[in-house]
Amino acid sequence: MLFELSEVSLTRGDRRVLDSVSAGIALGATAIVGPSGAGKSTLLRLLNRLVDPDAGEIAYRGRPLDTYEPLALRREVSLVPQLPALLEGTVESNLRYAAALAGKELDAARCLGLAGLDPGFAGRDVAKLSVGEQQRTMLARALAQEPAVLLLDEPTSALDHAARDAIEATLAELRRELEISVVLVSHDPEQARRLSDWVVRLEQGRATEAGPVAEVMA
Amino acid sequence: MSTSIHLSPGQVAASLALVALAAAISFWQKADLERDIGIATVRSFVQLTAIGYAIKLIFEADTLWLVFGLLAVMVVFGALTARSRAKKVPGAFWPLLIALALAGGTTLGLVVALGVFEPTARYLVPVGGMVIGNAMTASAVALNRLGDEIADSRGKIEATLALGATAQEAAAPFVRRALRSGMITLVDSTKTTGLIFFPGTMVGMLLAGASPTDAVRLQLILLYALLGSVAIAGLVATGLAYRNFFTPAQQLREPGA
Repeated sequence: MLFELSEVSLTRGDRRVLDSVSAGIALGATAIVGPSGAGKSTLLRLLNRLVDPDAGEIAYRGRPLDTYEPLALRREVSLVPQLPALLEGTVESNLRYAAALAGKELDAARCLGLAGLDPGFAGRDVAKLSVGEQQRTMLARALAQEPAVLLLDEPTSALDHAARDAIEATLAELRRELEISVVLVSHDPEQARRLSDWVVRLEQGRATEAGPVAEVMA
Repeated sequence: MSTSIHLSPGQVAASLALVALAAAISFWQKADLERDIGIATVRSFVQLTAIGYAIKLIFEADTLWLVFGLLAVMVVFGALTARSRAKKVPGAFWPLLIALALAGGTTLGLVVALGVFEPTARYLVPVGGMVIGNAMTASAVALNRLGDEIADSRGKIEATLALGATAQEAAAPFVRRALRSGMITLVDSTKTTGLIFFPGTMVGMLLAGASPTDAVRLQLILLYALLGSVAIAGLVATGLAYRNFFTPAQQLREPGA
């Protein structure tokens, strides 16, 4: 297992966002599915320590997550949030920032290509990109860190069908080309079926199912 | 400095006619400010009379300990007042207190060390009051802005943290903007000083019968000192306060947590 959650709970105000969640997340591609408000995004944020649980334990590659140094962990387990949130400047300056944080050499054309963007995007001002282009730039920026795990929060939620298909093709391609595990939050069962081989289902903060996609989504 | 101007209580009372005029305008135009005007008038009278006596005592005693005591009280009250304007910043009091103390201490220390003013109560009390007051306003504006910026940019900050940036790196653009907004008012008013408005010290000096040259020189010294103190206060307040938005594990705290 890539991640192992045991009895993980998180409360915000008087709302129990995650309630004693126990589930495994496999190497390869995992989809976290469930209705909105089920705690999917929160679960994803736990995996690279943008938040810590109030109770329970999370292990990453067999070692407790809280024994990892948060900054190093986040460079290895890279999260792409649902809403694009780029830094002011050009596409390339965003990629360069991320690569520098991870101590990697930047190959901008390759990262952009992997995210399905033309190398000509490098010099574009991020403020002038469409939402779909921004989302792809976010993906390219995460890839610039050469992460071992990509955490993607609803990567196609803001996109039309054509753009969604393009991102999905990109993700399939990424998995073939790089040795990278993907954990993907999706409210769309069809997308989970297309992209993942392992599924965790959340409902009202509880993990109701976890297992191979053929079993859970049968 | 000459003090060729002496005012009787009657003259002060006469100026209340203008307060009555303000209240009348408020009443006539239904601005509903009569009560506030009344409170402001009474408070200004009580507060200024009290501080007048305090300063008189301190001038007569002429010991630096009393001066430092008065300035320390100003720093504490300044930090409390600024905190009430920076409600979105958790734990704002200590950053503000340190900012005001450093701004006051450094600015006064420098003007004394450079030989601009003598280290006596007569200079340190009024200059210290102005320095701390301006530092308070600037740091309150800066922290108010910082709170708004961080509340509005949580997504962006978390996205940057998610790349493995430190809290300092993720907050840097917002800290920079907050510092700028704290300083900009004084910088702008310094640019227009003498053209659009006459600053208070110069007016006071002229009214007290000083020569225009002296009035201008003193005003310039104070403006330049204030620029320095406002920059120190803004830098220290924002540089300390942004940390309170983050946990030691470089996580953005939940609002109100």
